[in-house]
Amino acid sequence: MYCTSQRHADQVELVLHGPWRAAQLVPIQAELAGVPLAGVRELQLRVADAHFDLSGTWLLHDYLATAAAAGVAARFDGPPPAALALIRRTLKSGEEGTEEALVLRAGWLDPALAVEGLGRRTVSGWRLFESLLSFLGHVSFGFARTGAHLKRWRPTSIARHVFDTGITAIPIVALIGFLIAVILAYMGAQQLRKFGADIFVVDLVTIGVLRELGVLLTAIIVAGRSGSAFAAEIGAMKLNEEIDALQAIGVDPIEVLVLPRLLGLVIALPLLTVIADAIGLVGGGLLCRTLLGMPLAQYLNRANEAIAPTTFWVGLVKAPVFAVLIALAGTWCGLRVRGSSRELGRLTTLAVVQAIFFVILADALFAVLFMELDV
Amino acid sequence: MATIVEVRGLVNQFGRQVVHRDLDMSVEEGEVFGIVGGSGSGKSVLLRTILGLQAPRAGRVLLGGRDVTRLKPPELREVKADYGVTFQHGALFSSLTVLQNVQLPMLEHLQLPRRMLDELALLKLRLVGLGTDAAQKYPAQLSGGMIKRAALARALALDPRLLFLDEPTSGLDPIGAQAFDELVVQLQRELALTVVMITHDLDTLFGTCTRVGVLVEGRMISDTLEGIVRNPQPWIHAYFQGARARQREAQHGA
Repeated sequence: MYCTSQRHADQVELVLHGPWRAAQLVPIQAELAGVPLAGVRELQLRVADAHFDLSGTWLLHDYLATAAAAGVAARFDGPPPAALALIRRTLKSGEEGTEEALVLRAGWLDPALAVEGLGRRTVSGWRLFESLLSFLGHVSFGFARTGAHLKRWRPTSIARHVFDTGITAIPIVALIGFLIAVILAYMGAQQLRKFGADIFVVDLVTIGVLRELGVLLTAIIVAGRSGSAFAAEIGAMKLNEEIDALQAIGVDPIEVLVLPRLLGLVIALPLLTVIADAIGLVGGGLLCRTLLGMPLAQYLNRANEAIAPTTFWVGLVKAPVFAVLIALAGTWCGLRVRGSSRELGRLTTLAVVQAIFFVILADALFAVLFMELDV
Repeated sequence: MATIVEVRGLVNQFGRQVVHRDLDMSVEEGEVFGIVGGSGSGKSVLLRTILGLQAPRAGRVLLGGRDVTRLKPPELREVKADYGVTFQHGALFSSLTVLQNVQLPMLEHLQLPRRMLDELALLKLRLVGLGTDAAQKYPAQLSGGMIKRAALARALALDPRLLFLDEPTSGLDPIGAQAFDELVVQLQRELALTVVMITHDLDTLFGTCTRVGVLVEGRMISDTLEGIVRNPQPWIHAYFQGARARQREAQHGA
């Protein structure tokens, strides 16, 4: 029991008991709602053994305000709860002045809001495009400017990024290279055996790894590892005002943060691709031996015939392009982080998604281009 | 008056570096207790230990009579609902609005209907001098002073009896700092709070605190303001009688 009431004609005497605390607000409110106030003119309150915290006092204040609105005058018999005056003062000061109303839940079905949202999205989409152009221009310009001075290439920084994005990725890239060979060899062996064309498994594995899958899957792994790392590193620096600090010192953030990452990845990704290719070819040889019982000499022989002089280069030439796309996606997303840790997470995810998307798109364009060039 | 915070024989050590050696501290109900100490003297570690965020090497920390170093997680959760904390840089959740920041502890600890949550959170914000326009903003859109106030509102969310403030006025301009001090004193009085604050601001110390504890050489020397100013210990003497302190006195004397 938090309150007991007694009615004398048009007067109600309300005696308050027990803990009026935040944890008990719901049952207290239910009890208060049970006190009939119809036809009552005066409410007399007495704080018996009740003790209040701020939330409990607020509930009493809220109850008295509703009662007052219904024309019931409240009077305290004895001292009111200590914080009641404070709450009255605080809430009164809020009512004065023209404060905007609290929008607690957005009415998303409102057509006006839908139009507004469309407009906002269009404008922000255009701004995003502008900022992309500005970013690309800035990077190209920075590239051209540093190009002349060897010292401003920041070799230490580039080396660090080659290590972070390249050397540490070797185990996973090697494993992926081997697994691609396993997939191609198994699939090929299963299908080609039907025609007695086992030997063409070698063509499938070597050409598949060298031309397409070696570089593509390496790029996807690197996009996941390093694209996200770029975005998160730069984004965290942005949140910590480190980018502002760089600019204030007179250092161009694009020059010290974006270019070394870009160049580091342009160096690292082709090297990783070579490793993936090599492991893929070795794996192909091993699998042809175990699956088809093909001697290693025959595998090498056939591989020599299958691979044209351009096959390896057609795959490798894509690596630096993919590297540029991954680095740009990662760093650009990182530089767009603003305000909250949630943005950081969103843009890190976006960096990976965009990097992988652009890599696959570029790969498709390369496929068309190489066919036109007949290589 | 009852003792609300009691620390006995606290030892904290990281590797070879001893931060606290046999530290004692006690805060009575209704006090505003200021903790002072040089950089690296272990103020923040002490606060983290009292809050139960960090286990001490040895010693006891009693909050309202319960030893936080020995409590099990569910009991520790209850104790945590009894105190409010503001961190030095606000530590507002950046992906939530100010109103949602204040509601978060309520949602975790209380079962309340939506309307009550909104109104109670807004009341807490009004108490610290923020209105509905600030309530709907994200922390990144607030000024330094507003962040401190929003953090205070979040600390008050569960109507605690005990409030811990870590450098409440650092980074504020003197006018903002004084307004914040007055706010803390007013709330402390009207809500019958006990406040424990870490501060470097002598104005805050003299304007709000009833008692001061100084961390020196891993121990705490606590006394009333009048007493601590006359303490002959070299660091304390330098702190209260140094050039900056004298400058302050000259300003106040004028």
